Amino acid sequence: MSRSDVLVDADWVEAHNGEDGLVLVEVDEDTAAYGKGHIRNAVKIDWKQDLQDPVRRDFVDKDGFAALLSARGISNDDTVVLYGGNNNWFAAYAYWYFRVYGHRNVKLLDGGRKRWELDSRELVTEVPQRAATSYTAADQDSSIRAFRDEVVAAIGRDNLIDVRSPDEFAGRLLAPAHLPQEQAQRGGHIPTARNVPWSKAAEEDGTFKSDDALRTLYGDAGVDFASDTIAYCRIGERSAHTWFVMHELLGQPNVKNYDGSWTEYGSLVGVPIKTGDES
Amino acid sequence: MTDGCGAPAGGAALTDAGNQAVIQGRVAQAGAPVATGYARLLNSDGEFVAEVPLGADGGFRFFAAPGSWTLRVLAPGGIRAEQVVSAAIGQIANLEVAV
Repeated sequence: MSRSDVLVDADWVEAHNGEDGLVLVEVDEDTAAYGKGHIRNAVKIDWKQDLQDPVRRDFVDKDGFAALLSARGISNDDTVVLYGGNNNWFAAYAYWYFRVYGHRNVKLLDGGRKRWELDSRELVTEVPQRAATSYTAADQDSSIRAFRDEVVAAIGRDNLIDVRSPDEFAGRLLAPAHLPQEQAQRGGHIPTARNVPWSKAAEEDGTFKSDDALRTLYGDAGVDFASDTIAYCRIGERSAHTWFVMHELLGQPNVKNYDGSWTEYGSLVGVPIKTGDES
Repeated sequence: MTDGCGAPAGGAALTDAGNQAVIQGRVAQAGAPVATGYARLLNSDGEFVAEVPLGADGGFRFFAAPGSWTLRVLAPGGIRAEQVVSAAIGQIANLEVAV
């Protein structure tokens, strides 16, 4: 797999928008973003309403995912191009999620909504009407999703990459600095985790850095490319961004996203936690 | 706030300033709010920490830790602006950024 298989730029989207078999999907947590303007023909997936189970802390199940994509008019054979705000965090999460449920042809728009806006490209409010489909989802691919017991077992053995900001890693902040700092869980990180903030993989405009720059970034941080890797953050969307970099752009074979992330780990009873800047 | 992680336009609502180190402000161009653009918060080493899209009023808000920070604005047309700001617990640092 190469970068061009998984990533498209804004010029590509403008050239191909409207073609049969191509579906643009905006994925946000901010439910107002799509309504204020989106790329022409793009449908919307709400990270929280559509992708999270309303009761249990988990994904929607296989049937729920199939129902969602059917309702959005997405077929199994369609090429899905995902983009969103927050430097593509939630689009990267959706990308990973589409892969978990076996969608074959999915790509990210490099730079997401931010680069599109900074380029002053067209945004519209018109909502496209797509005929419903009969989407069939595959069973979850557990080779790219980590659960807590695997994470504890990986301490000191595999690469653990904590992609939160240095202050969250150290335990000085419990949430990103754009959110209020008020939570009950413990601060810190999983022992032996390397802190490589997601933002270091992205340029200021939200596009991904070059493969060479990315390899240097993780190599210098002490990531062993010959070992398996688990990425985590606070709720699993920033780490989906890093999962995309490691697994899809750099082609690392065994990379999992731990979507339970710090909100789960930092609330577990009895697991080891490290505070401070050191791994 | 614990079940989300995204940055709402203009920054999250200010619910309790008492124990927060708040950095907030507005971005304007010739007196008019810049509603399309991004505010980025960098730490004293120049490292990225957080980012929010500007609100309809050009507004942004961060919940930082005490210390010195740099606020950088990006907007269409290659617009960039920067201000250094100091944050402290229980205080709101207000910035007016002209671009």
